[in-house]
Amino acid sequence: MGEDLDFFFSLVVSGASIGMLYSLIALGFVLVYKATEALNFAQGEFVMLAGFVAAALLTAKGMPVVLALIATIAIMIGFSFGLERVVLRPLLGRPIVAVIMATIGLAAILRGLPPITFGGDTRTVPLPIGDNAFSLGPATIAPIQLYGVIVTLLFLAGFTWFFMKSRKGVAMRAVAENQQVAMAMGINVERYFAIAWAMAGIASAVSGIIWGNMLGVDVQLALVGLKVFPVVILGGLDSIPGAVVGGLIIGIVESVASAYIDPYVGGGTKDFVPYLLMIAALMFKPYGLFGKRKIERV
Amino acid sequence: MLAINNIEVVYDNVILVLKGVSLHVEQGSITTLLGANGAGKTTTLKAISGLLRTERGQVTKGSIEFNGQRIDGMRAFDLTALGVAQVFEGRRVFEHLTCEENLIAGAHVQRDYGKVRDGIDRVFQYFPRLKDRRYQQSGYLSGGEQQMLAIGRALMSSPKMMLLDEPSLGLAPMLVEEIFGIVSRLVAAEKLSVLLVEQNATMALGVAKHGYVIENGRVVLEGSAEALKKNSDIREFYLGLNEVGSRKSYREVKHYKRRKRWLS
Ligand SMILES: Nc1ncnc2c1ncn2[C@@H]1O[C@H](COP(=O)(O)OP(=O)(O)OP(=O)(O)O)[C@@H](O)[C@H]1O
Ligand SMILES: [Mg+2]
Repeated sequence: MGEDLDFFFSLVVSGASIGMLYSLIALGFVLVYKATEALNFAQGEFVMLAGFVAAALLTAKGMPVVLALIATIAIMIGFSFGLERVVLRPLLGRPIVAVIMATIGLAAILRGLPPITFGGDTRTVPLPIGDNAFSLGPATIAPIQLYGVIVTLLFLAGFTWFFMKSRKGVAMRAVAENQQVAMAMGINVERYFAIAWAMAGIASAVSGIIWGNMLGVDVQLALVGLKVFPVVILGGLDSIPGAVVGGLIIGIVESVASAYIDPYVGGGTKDFVPYLLMIAALMFKPYGLFGKRKIERV
Repeated sequence: MLAINNIEVVYDNVILVLKGVSLHVEQGSITTLLGANGAGKTTTLKAISGLLRTERGQVTKGSIEFNGQRIDGMRAFDLTALGVAQVFEGRRVFEHLTCEENLIAGAHVQRDYGKVRDGIDRVFQYFPRLKDRRYQQSGYLSGGEQQMLAIGRALMSSPKMMLLDEPSLGLAPMLVEEIFGIVSRLVAAEKLSVLLVEQNATMALGVAKHGYVIENGRVVLEGSAEALKKNSDIREFYLGLNEVGSRKSYREVKHYKRRKRWLS
């Protein structure tokens, strides 16, 4: 009995830590949606791209680790910024489908690029963090996961502070509510779109470094992006706390479910349980747990 | 202060909505623009505030000058910085933001945070009700409170000129009176110039100094508020009074007759 409970506990811990790392990826998606109402179907590919950049820089000769990490973040900010400018801004005011199709196309292009430029093999993202697992009661947790969770929490706190307490954050929420009215308040709406994409670039860069270290970097890395959808549907498309809670739920459920169900069905539980949850959420909680709903009064 | 010279406005390159509108707003006073649904009142305001282009509209003829500077074609957020603030029809508060956050958003062009705080206090002085609702989500405020918030939010950019679009819409007469009273005080105390768009002519002519009537994209009548109040067409159509002073319903006013007399 005690052993069962310990086992369960360690499943929850590892699920929760992976879930937090899903949240980090989802954060990129949520930030963009919140400010611009664009759905970025290339979020996983952003993470993959960041992984390739990090792998290249961290394995480059004579490059200090800190510099490589900062450069990865800077490059991803530049990439998202440029992308918003070149591809998405001309689509402003068009039906939302146009943006969705553009990001889906972009995703395909990004997945096609690495084999041409970097070759097909899996690369590593070496980080100087050792590999002694930390123990938490009966559970153990890999160092990258622990650091990943800490970094995620810091980012979440930072973004939450930005949106709730800073003037720029309030302006960005105003843009999210009504672009025309925000413009009449003197807010340069397009600049705030660019800022939102740049912030998504940061989240993607950090996700790419962490996930790249855990899984290795190749085209497959983009697939973690698929987990973003159940996470944000469950948490609410435009909610930062929602991304955290959604990530935790998906992480824990898939960890527990795959341990108990996989033996009977021969595996694969991890890949479909999150989507079952997503569909249930769509049916019973269409705005997610924390999503903004339209205020109906008058 | 504000001069609109014979402007034409076209939406989507083909829909001609304003067909030569001219009007002046004097500094430190309220000028009202009256007209029925679809006459082009909101379009006129959006032409001034630079918001037309967000709706694929364009000033195709004529010019708009603000303190001698040509402003047609300028971007909306630059105009806010220049001192033109628009209060939208239907209030359009940022529903999920608190009252105070709405005001902070309204102060976007103000760089100095100390001045933003002062601005919030000033808004609370004019609209004490908002102070009690400070930390409440503005989507749950009453219609009147939302209208006060919309005006307060526009004040936060320290405008020289405020464009007010149908502030009386859907509000009880008492509340309309309260809000118009506050606007009049603002005009006197802050040397604000106001272009007030209304369908409620009684209220609007009560506070305005000068007025225009727009119909079908054209200004068909203009004059001092006093003169307009006495004008028999205005009395009949907007004030709902006929010659003997009794109430008359909108339907009873024969449309063709109205139009013909205003155009002659
Ligand atoms: N974005 C737009 N695109 C095309 N036509 C428009 C647009 N906005 C307004 N119009 C048209 O322009 C005309 C004037 O509209 P406007 O909103 O200026 O009227 P209004 O006088 O403010 O009316 P109301 O009292 O109902 O608010 C209407 O016929 C309307 O259909
Ligand atoms: Mg209107």
